[in-house]
Amino acid sequence: MVPRFWRKIKYRYDVVASYCENCGNYYYPQREICPKCRRKGKIKDAKICDEGRVLSYTILDGKCIALVELENGTKMLTEVCGKVEIGSKVRKAFRRYGEESEDGIIYYGTKFVPIESDKKQKA
Amino acid sequence: MRKVAIVGVGSTEFGELWDKSFRSIFLSAGLSALEDVGIGGKEIEAIYVGNMSGGKFIDQEHIAALIADHSGLAEFGIPAVRVENADASGGSAFRQAYMAVASGIHDIVIAAGIEKVTDANDPMEVLSTAIDQEWERFIGADLPAIYAIIARLHMHRFGTKEEDMAMVAVKNHRNAVHNPRAQFRKEISVEDVMGSPYVAEPLKVLDCAPLSDGASAVILASEEVAKKLCDDPVYIDACTQASDYFSIQNRRDILTFDAVVRASRKAYKIAGIEPKDVDVAEIHDSFTITEILAYEDLGFAKKGEGANLIREGETEIGGKIPVNTSGGLKACGHAVGATGIRQIVDLVLQLRCEAGKRQVNAEKALALNIGGSGATAVVTILSR
Amino acid sequence: MIGIVSYGTYIPRFRIRVDEIARIWNEDANAIKQSLGIFEKSVPDVDEDTATMAVEASREALARAKIDPKKIGAIFVGSESHPYAVKPTATIVGEALGVGNYYFCADLEFACKAATAGIQICHAMVKSGMIDYGLAIGSDVAQAKPGDALEYAAGAGAVAILIGKDPIAVIEATVSYTSDTPDFWRRDLQPYPSHGGRFTGSPAYFRHIVNAVRKLMEDHGYTAKDFDYAVFHQPNAKFPQRVASMLGFSEEKIAEGLLVRVIGNTYSASSLMGLCSILDKAKPGQRILLASFGSGAGSDAFAIYVTEKILDFPRNAQVWEKAKNGVYIDYGLYLKNRRMIR
Ligand SMILES: [Zn+2]
Repeated sequence: MVPRFWRKIKYRYDVVASYCENCGNYYYPQREICPKCRRKGKIKDAKICDEGRVLSYTILDGKCIALVELENGTKMLTEVCGKVEIGSKVRKAFRRYGEESEDGIIYYGTKFVPIESDKKQKA
Repeated sequence: MRKVAIVGVGSTEFGELWDKSFRSIFLSAGLSALEDVGIGGKEIEAIYVGNMSGGKFIDQEHIAALIADHSGLAEFGIPAVRVENADASGGSAFRQAYMAVASGIHDIVIAAGIEKVTDANDPMEVLSTAIDQEWERFIGADLPAIYAIIARLHMHRFGTKEEDMAMVAVKNHRNAVHNPRAQFRKEISVEDVMGSPYVAEPLKVLDCAPLSDGASAVILASEEVAKKLCDDPVYIDACTQASDYFSIQNRRDILTFDAVVRASRKAYKIAGIEPKDVDVAEIHDSFTITEILAYEDLGFAKKGEGANLIREGETEIGGKIPVNTSGGLKACGHAVGATGIRQIVDLVLQLRCEAGKRQVNAEKALALNIGGSGATAVVTILSR
Repeated sequence: MIGIVSYGTYIPRFRIRVDEIARIWNEDANAIKQSLGIFEKSVPDVDEDTATMAVEASREALARAKIDPKKIGAIFVGSESHPYAVKPTATIVGEALGVGNYYFCADLEFACKAATAGIQICHAMVKSGMIDYGLAIGSDVAQAKPGDALEYAAGAGAVAILIGKDPIAVIEATVSYTSDTPDFWRRDLQPYPSHGGRFTGSPAYFRHIVNAVRKLMEDHGYTAKDFDYAVFHQPNAKFPQRVASMLGFSEEKIAEGLLVRVIGNTYSASSLMGLCSILDKAKPGQRILLASFGSGAGSDAFAIYVTEKILDFPRNAQVWEKAKNGVYIDYGLYLKNRRMIR
């Protein structure tokens, strides 16, 4: 699975989405054809904002898996490190997602963490 | 396009069938379908088999040919094909069989579904291959997690309660009591569901369908052939299928399964009916929230009001639109690739008035089979 | 003028108190706090490591510098807890930052001074015209065997120093003092380091720092009075205090940078974390003495002069703010977060 992970490193290590220059839509995760414009579309990589809000989430095996809505409306399924609620503001963080095995490669990627100031404001 | 009918149905019991192999499960479903219509088998012109993951569950691919062999039909050299669409494999295989007969290519075919899950170490891990491995599974989500995220937002936006979801499980267990092939023939209470541990918050163990072994088979024939074979054929008024964005990240609204909306609207149109004309339905309740979402997406309730149907008992046996009189995936069992066919079997029994204590008065029956987190939906409308 | 153009720090959010560790090993917490001058230490989350912290610190440095990541010509990551024994941490950082592919890159190891060596390399590369900007990173999830005295001190954190022209703080001079002194080591394939106990003191820490700093002063004509702040490697709070007095620096001059009390020894990031906390407060015209120490052994001494540019430089969130914002965990969670139990 090394090549499979490596191929997407750029999109995992940072929030890099696809942007269609023809219609102005953003897509995450990255895709190769714009579903709106099809062959007229012009897809290119675009780094998107570092912050978003929790649209919904679940707690699975003690981990928070959330659907985060980024500022431009792009939705991203991600792990959130820390306690959140629907609507909580979060920002990206570089973390480990796992490893191939004890002697295999380490899977790094983008997770999100709650923005502390947001919590304080609410309290 | 010709009219197509179902002339025979058969199914194994669903559950942990420790002493039965993949081959023997398949054979028993297939033989009971043949027996049901009263034919020997050499009349069958093609085999369509829904199976999600022979490869992962039992390390066996090429299973259509294997099945053709073990059912003795390799002798006649008929074509056999496996159809894979996660847990919509059965429904999808049924649709392929339906199209083959409707188009006139074949006159009589068998559509089956089978899954043998208990030979695998971690069946839920296999089922979770139905979601995006690179962008959903990679970050640690599995299939229950995706539905849990949907459930939480449904609760947040529409006021659906965990108790409402629990009531879906309670209803389906109650129905399963009278289904001799169901995995859990035991009533449960809302308290039982609420007290079961979280799998993925807010979904609990008893909100989730089990993963089961099982096989189901139906025999489809052209109207002309059907009339010769039996006097109570059940007609296929429509069989449609639609796709949606694979991952919830790309859905317009994660609380609507567009594939279900599209497939059902098209099916209603072809069958010339409206949602209110459906008398009985088998709905893919892989999770309790899935059934509530389906009420809305099939048009039984307005968006956001799905929970009202379960609160008011409308989907109980005796209600306005009984759903999952078989016990559904939750209580009858979810033999993944077999489920879509099993739904058809149970609806045929309802339409033939052979459903025993579960019997409802029905002219029009609807089946909804969903793949994974909703990227595939198959809707079938049957009538007497 | 070449020097520090930007800096970023990362301190993981969890803390464990010395009292909690002492409770497990039936030791006298007060005596330990007294002798080490450490009260608590930082602990990473279970999904954090040297690479993730290096990326976080670097992202802060880059955001503050407001430069295109593609302008970075070199990345050096100093650590003694690289996630891979073979395969660089620095490439992970480069990829996460979006530096492109044409950059000089290596992981460095010289116990706790690898990152200051990285600064020297970047400084020389900018000076020679090889690169415009170089990123020197110190990041460590400090390793300590459970029950070892080191366990009270071994913290986690990362610092990224961006070196280039037109800096917020000029590197006026740097000197290294190096010898072959095995005071602390970790053999290949061993999970935890070993150390020479009291041997880590005068023949190692004190001798190397004192010689490096004295040579720096001698060669460049400084006296202790020329420095407004001093910061030394911080294996505990006592060593830097003692070496400061040996070199003629008052307690006040080192107080600002003494983070070891609350986050422990962050190894490669240790002296640099102190430097960054000083830069958080420093005014133009002030001069800082920085002396790292790496076992094995060596010390890199620097004279750093703060420029007017620091006035417009974004310095929030400050290092002390990050250091004080911890969430306390118990020893069980500590073992889990450090992946010592799975
Ligand atoms: Zn487009």
